Amino acid sequence: MWDYIKLLVLAVIMVAAGYVANNARDLAYMVSAIEVALVALVVFIFVVRGMGETKTEPETGYMDDIIRVGVILTMFWGIVGFSVGVWIAFELAYPAINYSDALQGYLNFGRIRPLHTSAVIFAFGGTALITTSFYVLQRTTGARLFGGGLAKFVFWGYQVFILLAATGYVLGATQSKEYAEPEWYADLWLTIVWVAYLIVFMGTLMKRKEPHIYVANWFYLSFIVTIAMLHIINNLAVPVSVFGSKSVQLFAGVQDAMTQWWYGHNAVGFFLTAGFLGMMYYFVPKQAERPVFSYKLSIIHFWALIFLYIWAGPHHLHYTALPDWASTLGMVMSVVLWMPSWGGMINGLMTLSGAWDKLRTDPVIRMMVVSVGFYGMSTFEGPMMSIRAVNSLSHYTDWTIGHVHSGALGWNGMITFGALYFLVPRLWGKKELYSLKLVSWHFWLATIGIVLYAASMWVTGIMEGLMWREVDAQGFLVNSFADTVAAKHPMLVVRGIGGLLYLTGASIMAYNLWKTVTRAPAKADAPAAVAAE
Amino acid sequence: MEDTYSFLRTLADSWVMLGIFAFFIGTVIWAFRPGSTEAYADTVNIPFRHEDKPAGEGDIPAATLKEGRSNG
Repeated sequence: MWDYIKLLVLAVIMVAAGYVANNARDLAYMVSAIEVALVALVVFIFVVRGMGETKTEPETGYMDDIIRVGVILTMFWGIVGFSVGVWIAFELAYPAINYSDALQGYLNFGRIRPLHTSAVIFAFGGTALITTSFYVLQRTTGARLFGGGLAKFVFWGYQVFILLAATGYVLGATQSKEYAEPEWYADLWLTIVWVAYLIVFMGTLMKRKEPHIYVANWFYLSFIVTIAMLHIINNLAVPVSVFGSKSVQLFAGVQDAMTQWWYGHNAVGFFLTAGFLGMMYYFVPKQAERPVFSYKLSIIHFWALIFLYIWAGPHHLHYTALPDWASTLGMVMSVVLWMPSWGGMINGLMTLSGAWDKLRTDPVIRMMVVSVGFYGMSTFEGPMMSIRAVNSLSHYTDWTIGHVHSGALGWNGMITFGALYFLVPRLWGKKELYSLKLVSWHFWLATIGIVLYAASMWVTGIMEGLMWREVDAQGFLVNSFADTVAAKHPMLVVRGIGGLLYLTGASIMAYNLWKTVTRAPAKADAPAAVAAE
Repeated sequence: MEDTYSFLRTLADSWVMLGIFAFFIGTVIWAFRPGSTEAYADTVNIPFRHEDKPAGEGDIPAATLKEGRSNG
């Protein structure tokens, strides 16, 4: 009966999407509607094919099928996002390769840049977060995921959101809010998916077998709840037409700017920090085979982090129409935030106390430690750059880009790689990874890549800031904007090379994980011995 | 009667700020409450308990695990 209702709903969606595509006011909306119809068709076929089977499989054990798919897709989105990043990095160094004459501007930096940021943050990072949260949640509650097929809906629903967002960017549907570019229809869909995510997470927590909720789950939960709040408030908009992608923002002027950066900085704080700290608090102890350094510190880390991050947004709006008190508040809170961030870093690093020798033998733990190190570095750099006087030099320069990437490549990327190296042998029942040597190669390529990236961006950012403010004896500006662009060229090339090294490392990882699944020896069937490895 | 903005702004600057600050201090005191060290010695080992199967499907008692030890 339930299957028939599903089929009916899917059929209605297909017809409605077809009708919408036929009446669409713009190309992006039409293509999105066609995509929705195709997705509904695919799901329809899966439901029909599954109908004859009587579902006798017992609902026991962990729900790991969706996590395996998640690991593969995380790797896939990583490669896609890094490749687009390398491409646009070289577009900045050599603008001719945007081929704008032949491609009518479809591959211009301005169009591809949001594709890169969303591909790495939301596709790679988001898929990694959903995947690892499902894994960690089950293992730390001792319970199977709540809600049966709902977890699958969350996972695939999120992938549909990525699809809608990406095609929208390429075809020109964007509401021009950084990291919140998707238009109203994609935003509404994400809201539905996110509520389902919260239901799966809370439902599993409620039926947990461990009396205490492990700290990793607190971080994951704060990520889910806060992203829901940020997403809804920053995307309050009225569509011009239900048949078009264009919408009008509810807020205007400085209120809109403040809402945007309240969203934007908390996307960093709760998506890229709290969620990934959930990963850290599970995978670092597991890989080190030691419990976390101090559980008390982890609790203080959690509460201090979420109490402070939410205030930090205004530091993106120094020297704007935003009142001074608001930007001072954001600056002060950002500086205070340094303390809980370093508390968390110390907690992660000191988990290895008494096991530092593992750094020599285990490249996976090395990756995780470097990741936590970059977390510490970028959470020192960030508060420093939020100080108004420093910001007057660094803002709008490449220093900001370097800061973001030392956090994103160093912290988010490396901890995700560590988690994937941890997960693949376990999820596919393998004894170990295919090659630790390749992990070492990945480690060094990625680390050197980040160093090249961050160092070149420091140099070019500070140079740019100094050139912009340089005045001659009469008080006239010395440099034109184009002068700074010309001076930046060598550093932009170095940055591109850094990105290329990082991408090469990730490609080696994809090969290594593929070989682990297909070639590595299976785990000996002795659960008790393995659990105490 | 003052307007809604001024009322909310005054409230946010006084009682609400005091309230969230008190809550935060409360969490720190809570983390250091008497007996927390023993309680957390068990909690901190949660990741090492149910690696392969949900609880109750033949899981291993925490005491037998090598990892079941304190760290610092």
